[in-house]
Amino acid sequence: MNIVVSIKQIPNLTDELEINAEGTGLDHDALQYVLNEFDEHAIEEAVLAKEATGGTVTVIGVDTTGELDGALHTALAKGADSAVKITGDFPRGTDSHTQAKLIADAIRGMSPDIVLTGVQAADDRDGQIGPMIAAHLGVPYVGVVTGVQVKEGKAVVHKEYAGGVMAEFEVALPMVVGVQAAHQPPRYAPVSKIRQIAKTAKIDEVTGGAGPRAGSTVRRMFKPESAGHAEMWEGSPEEVADKIATLLAEKGLVKRG
Amino acid sequence: MAVGLDKVKPEAITEDKHLVVQGMDISGHWNRMFEQRVSWDYDVDNLDRVTDLPGGESLAWCYGCAKCTAVCPVDIVGDYSPRKIHRKTQMGVDLFNSDDLWLCTTCMNCLRVCPKEVNMIQIMPAVREQAVLEGTTVPPELQKAFEDTAKHGNPLGQPQRKRADWTKKVGVPVSIMKDLGRPVDILWYVGSYPSYHPRGNDAACAAARIFNSLGVDFGILGVEEKDDGDSQRLAGEKGLFEMLAEQNIAAFSKYEFSRMVVTGPHEFNAFKNEYPKLGADFKVLHYTRFLVEHLDKLKPMLKKPINLKVTFHDPCYLGRHNGEYDAPRQLLRAIPGVELVEMGRCRENGYCCGGGGGGMWLDSFTKEHTTMRLSERRVREAAEYGADVLAVCCPFEVSRFEDAAKSTGNDELMVRDILELLDESMRG
Ligand code: SF4
Ligand code: SF4
Repeated sequence: MNIVVSIKQIPNLTDELEINAEGTGLDHDALQYVLNEFDEHAIEEAVLAKEATGGTVTVIGVDTTGELDGALHTALAKGADSAVKITGDFPRGTDSHTQAKLIADAIRGMSPDIVLTGVQAADDRDGQIGPMIAAHLGVPYVGVVTGVQVKEGKAVVHKEYAGGVMAEFEVALPMVVGVQAAHQPPRYAPVSKIRQIAKTAKIDEVTGGAGPRAGSTVRRMFKPESAGHAEMWEGSPEEVADKIATLLAEKGLVKRG
Repeated sequence: MAVGLDKVKPEAITEDKHLVVQGMDISGHWNRMFEQRVSWDYDVDNLDRVTDLPGGESLAWCYGCAKCTAVCPVDIVGDYSPRKIHRKTQMGVDLFNSDDLWLCTTCMNCLRVCPKEVNMIQIMPAVREQAVLEGTTVPPELQKAFEDTAKHGNPLGQPQRKRADWTKKVGVPVSIMKDLGRPVDILWYVGSYPSYHPRGNDAACAAARIFNSLGVDFGILGVEEKDDGDSQRLAGEKGLFEMLAEQNIAAFSKYEFSRMVVTGPHEFNAFKNEYPKLGADFKVLHYTRFLVEHLDKLKPMLKKPINLKVTFHDPCYLGRHNGEYDAPRQLLRAIPGVELVEMGRCRENGYCCGGGGGGMWLDSFTKEHTTMRLSERRVREAAEYGADVLAVCCPFEVSRFEDAAKSTGNDELMVRDILELLDESMRG
């Protein structure tokens, strides 16, 4: 079983997000980049699949930060067998069309049985990398998956719909899976182990060609603007309760008795 | 039965009737030899696995005198000590996969009394590091603290960008080095618990007010500060410690300062004893020693008497590990009205709160293996000595002891950082 996981790095959402001077996107240089959380689940699901059925896990990503090695070393520490990075002139925040094309081109020759990737990422909330890799490779795609079982040329995947409805798909391999959540929480890779691996592991490098570009541009990015102003009411709980009741009555939401 | 040869099987004895060695006649019973003792027949593979590790060697030196058992704080509420670990391992127990691996708080009381210098402060981190690399037996709550520290730079899992948010509550200015843009006399390393924990915030705010009143020229790192990582190292995540140390040392070296003051003993230990091995070079003081330097100026400011019986808990990493017993007591004695009473287990024999060596993040795990928490044992002792206040100077301890005071029905016992007591007396 040849399992490939496609990953990407995104801005760390626990940091303060900054908008660039042009107001057209994030100020990428001011931000710290971390592995997309959904991709962490894709790695976990891949390692679980390997542990269940055997095979190898290859992790691949486009190096848009110059720091992808750290994410790849972490994946190796968690149980991936090899790591590949696609290098070239790809800035932080490279669009998903470009990344999907680069990854599809790089993995075609690996003839993967199954490709796992995070169903989406918090930077563009685009959710397109998985479907586009599948389209480039001409194989089926199932997204919002919460569990993968592979056996003899097929994969059984669990997909989650709104309202808690679940579906089980049987799909002929090869295929691409968009992982919503692994069926176990992603494991912790001890920093001690990551540092050991960083000293010895070899990351394969592939030079990426020109991507197709997204075809759309962001005209304006801005922080939420407050529409109105909140009025703070002071006073004893009884006084405040009375004001609330009066207001609700004024708005016709309740009747005052 | 008379004492005779029957005590030993005759075939286990060899004895040469006539033997002269280097001109000395040692014939007969003078050269009597017995065959190997039974204890040599154990399969010592598991002991070898420990003693083969760098840092694990000294476990083999134990000769079973049991001095350690009498002082080990875990044994006082459970069944534990280096002697017991040595014996079990010698008899074949696999320490790498045993729950015993996570119970030692690295408090160092055993090493203080051990004639053979069996050093749990080195043995435990060495064996734990292997367990962490394997990843199979690490208690989940500890693993979570590692993960939070790796992701967020603090074991509480709080966002890094909020590290200086506590300063909004102080009421006096606290300068951040990045904004200050000039050298300072004192770089104050605040620490994770004072930065994020609500009760830690109280101590941090008190410290800021005291430093201001004393006119100390100080700054903090704010969002550039990361956890010191020392307790994670002792709990087995050496790589995480090294990563944090590299990041902290890089942040420290961006700024000019004459000395560093730390809020916590664990940070003090890290910066004094461990960071220098990684290239750090600066002078560090625990806040108690720093404030004692200013005692002449501080004393007249302590206006409001605190008419209470106060006892002091020696933090393991300030006392036993770094030899500081007097500074905290000098500060407490300087507060008017304070009656300082000592608990039986104090100073060199101070009882451990249970928070060291990763114990801070092993509360439920340790609870399963002991009759009561170490912190609960300690607050009972404070109550037995009739204390109104249990004074501490380690940010791990306030919340540990406050919880313990509640769970043992000693609600009336107040737990206060020395900083809080000084601040209260100063504010009048
Ligand atoms: S004090 Fe030292 S030598 Fe004595 S039993 Fe304990 S570990 Fe062994
Ligand atoms: S370091 Fe402390 S807790 Fe650990 S074995 Fe020694 S006395 Fe017990």
